[in-house]
Amino acid sequence: MNRIVGIFSILILAASIAFAQGKGEVLIKNATVLTASKGTLTGTDILIRDGKIARIGKGLTAGSGAKVIDATGKFVSPGIIDAHSHSMLSAINEGSLAVTSMTRTRDMLDPNDITIYRALAGGVTSALLLHGSANPIGGQSTTVKFKWGHPVEDYPIADAPLGIKFALGENVKRSSFNPQPGQTFRYPRTRMGTMEVIRDAFRRARDYKQAWDDYRAKKTKVPPRVDEELQPLVEILEGKRLVHCHGYRSDEHLNILRIAEEFGFKVGTLQHGLEAYKIAPEIAKHGAGVSIFTDSWSYKLEAYDAIPYNAYILWKNGVTVSINSDSDERMRRLNLDAAKVMKYGGVPEEDALKMITLNPAKQLGIDKRTGSVEVGKDGDLVIWSEHPFSPYSHPEITMIEGEVYFDRAADIAKRSDLAKEREALEKLDVNRAPGAGGGPPQRPTERRAEERDEAEHGDGGNR
Amino acid sequence: MRSVSNCNMAHRLSVLAAIFLGLITSVSAQSDGATQNKTGRGGTFAIVNAKIVTVSGAVIDNGTVVIQNGKITAVGAGVSVPSGAERVDGKGLSVYPGMIDSATGLGLAEIGQGANATVDIAETGNNNANAKAYLGVNPHSSHVNVTRVNGITTVMSAPTGGLIAGQGTIINLNGSTQAEMAIVPAAALVINFPRVAAGGGGFGGGGFGGFGGPQLDFNEAVRRRDTQIEELKKIFASAVSLGRSIDAYAKDKTLPAPATNLALEAMIPYVRGEKPIVFPVERERDIKAVIKFVTDMKLKGIIVGGQEAWKAADDLKKANISVIFTNIYNLPVRDDDPYDYFFAGPSKLQAAGVKFAISTGDAGAENRDLPYHAGLAGAYGLPKDEALKAVTLYPAQILGVGDQLGSIEVGKMANVVVTDGDMLDPRTNVKYVFIGGRMIPLTSRHTELFDSFKDRK
Repeated sequence: MNRIVGIFSILILAASIAFAQGKGEVLIKNATVLTASKGTLTGTDILIRDGKIARIGKGLTAGSGAKVIDATGKFVSPGIIDAHSHSMLSAINEGSLAVTSMTRTRDMLDPNDITIYRALAGGVTSALLLHGSANPIGGQSTTVKFKWGHPVEDYPIADAPLGIKFALGENVKRSSFNPQPGQTFRYPRTRMGTMEVIRDAFRRARDYKQAWDDYRAKKTKVPPRVDEELQPLVEILEGKRLVHCHGYRSDEHLNILRIAEEFGFKVGTLQHGLEAYKIAPEIAKHGAGVSIFTDSWSYKLEAYDAIPYNAYILWKNGVTVSINSDSDERMRRLNLDAAKVMKYGGVPEEDALKMITLNPAKQLGIDKRTGSVEVGKDGDLVIWSEHPFSPYSHPEITMIEGEVYFDRAADIAKRSDLAKEREALEKLDVNRAPGAGGGPPQRPTERRAEERDEAEHGDGGNR
Repeated sequence: MRSVSNCNMAHRLSVLAAIFLGLITSVSAQSDGATQNKTGRGGTFAIVNAKIVTVSGAVIDNGTVVIQNGKITAVGAGVSVPSGAERVDGKGLSVYPGMIDSATGLGLAEIGQGANATVDIAETGNNNANAKAYLGVNPHSSHVNVTRVNGITTVMSAPTGGLIAGQGTIINLNGSTQAEMAIVPAAALVINFPRVAAGGGGFGGGGFGGFGGPQLDFNEAVRRRDTQIEELKKIFASAVSLGRSIDAYAKDKTLPAPATNLALEAMIPYVRGEKPIVFPVERERDIKAVIKFVTDMKLKGIIVGGQEAWKAADDLKKANISVIFTNIYNLPVRDDDPYDYFFAGPSKLQAAGVKFAISTGDAGAENRDLPYHAGLAGAYGLPKDEALKAVTLYPAQILGVGDQLGSIEVGKMANVVVTDGDMLDPRTNVKYVFIGGRMIPLTSRHTELFDSFKDRK
């Protein structure tokens, strides 16, 4: 079974490359355009040239080689940006130490992960790939575009700011860890210890930075030894690396803001932040973004005070809010999660749409190039069958920089051929399982479920 | 244990009570006191000038629904409002039957991770036929109020553990006691039917085997599954036999009294085909094995899960087995499955003519997402009216309560939801909820916390 899957991934990959076009001109005709920054434009055309949005208007024309898409009756939105994902990561948690700032998700990218394609089929074009939440200071994050079919080097957004995962609470103090004989608990075991681990790391980083500053100012003669753990923290102190801090309880998130203020930096995003609504004024004052689930709750103790009005209260306080998935499954329907924000509190439509487009772009520092439909930005767009907030809507086409990475019609057209290929492959000797009847069935599960940042809670029911 | 401390709770409830009394004066007269799940108030209600989505019949563009003594007593365009009835202005609003989430664990598990004391969903042991969700459901779970304010008025809540997990209960999401909530206290028996799986499974393996164990030769896995089915059949035979002994003894007390066996005794109506047995299965070969078992044993069967049920459509129809599809929010199993494999599951079942319902399959907290599961099925091929039926009339029929629930019809229980738009649309607001004819306050754990913090400066 695994062998078949392996071969198939390659086939799908090859097929995807075949239908992704090269650069040039793309003209989308006669769509209802949800710009996410300048309102809704009806009967509007979008011209993309060399990957960038060149013109937005009515009655636009393109050169003879242009790919023209008739979007009459359809809706165009910016590509969705998921500000909390672990997709395409071959490993997520380095949990052996309390501080693992030396580790990089960049080293773990798997461009053959089928979840990339499924995300594109849900309209997602960019994501923040985060280390897990096993430790107070986790690994370095990667901001990517889902350029399915491209070599792995093409995924990271080159000019995106650096990032790193921090984490607080249940996961960090390892609430569900039961040591086996010979194993010991890792420090910290409490929320008190968690804060001290972070404070200690920044004190050491500040000393380290001072040592380098002194050396560069020729106050000292011997260069300090390079420290891969502290270097990323120095980048935080210098404002060059964004902190994305996982946490649930409002008191903990407030404490990390205070530590940041103590060391003179601003937190990039509070991740999850299911109780952020309790401290919305303080978050607004600090200037951190918050990246939340719309309405997940009660799946663990920390999530019991989560409310779906969280986004509304934060929005009302002027906080930049994004709606994320933290899930290969949920990532495929973030449009509906954003729609719920209109219901819970009454966030206006465009501001709700921003929460899965322009706001995460701002939080990740990529809003100059993506996140809204504006001239000069990347052609990262989704063409929807209906308004993306309608439950009956689905993406027809998802493009990044004008290249089509998902096309529902093309996907459906390929299915019978893929089924035939599968049948042929199953007959090969190499794929014949012992007993000749195929391998045992697999239960549905997210890939690497045991490694996820958050435990998935979708199948605790009657199954 | 911060978030569930009595102190916090009391505070929130007093805040809620103040708002409740202050803003909704018509409801304040009958405050139910400081319980989280307020039971609302009864009376005669007439929802007037509303669009009525009856589900069972045509949509009435502008009509009246009368609720009296817990039932729907009149529906239509020319219906007169009874004297003394409280009028609910339905202008611009739509009336729907309350939604039914037919495969949940609502009330049996408050916080699944890290708070085991709140989890009562899976007994230990292999035959727990006598375990009743009816006696485990917590009427004061916050999942009750959060779910019902989104238009879900009824659920089947059922246990999950072991081979024979226990009996599910059909409950209204209203009531201070289990008895007040129950529509059918013991509604269906859950059996985790043995599957073809690597390592364990069935007896000793909890029925969910096949995860993490060593890979078995396929033929060996089939053989083990077949052995387990034979053992299950023996349990069934014992229950049949016990049933006969009990009947015989009731008629003739000179016969030896049957020895007490609560688990087998609980199985009697199910092994006789009088009540439905729910089988959580996903793959085609396992579904077909269930169909054979149900047919051989002359049972009333329901499939829950049903990923590949469409592949067994003809057999399902022949055996009169319905499917409660719980996979909308699951990823396809194989990398090369179509990306929309499960989104499109219900439309395939519908096209094949299989009786089906859509359920969240969730333990409780996410049951309130039921309309969006149905909506997504609608985005991938299921006609919109079928998507609506899949969470109203169809689950009622499959669970055997189609005569009481699932549509806006005279004589049915007044589980009625009034919205300002399509009930399956995430942008739609629920304006009124009636359960068993009682108008339910649209407050929940979430609105309480919202009210506590929304104006904090």
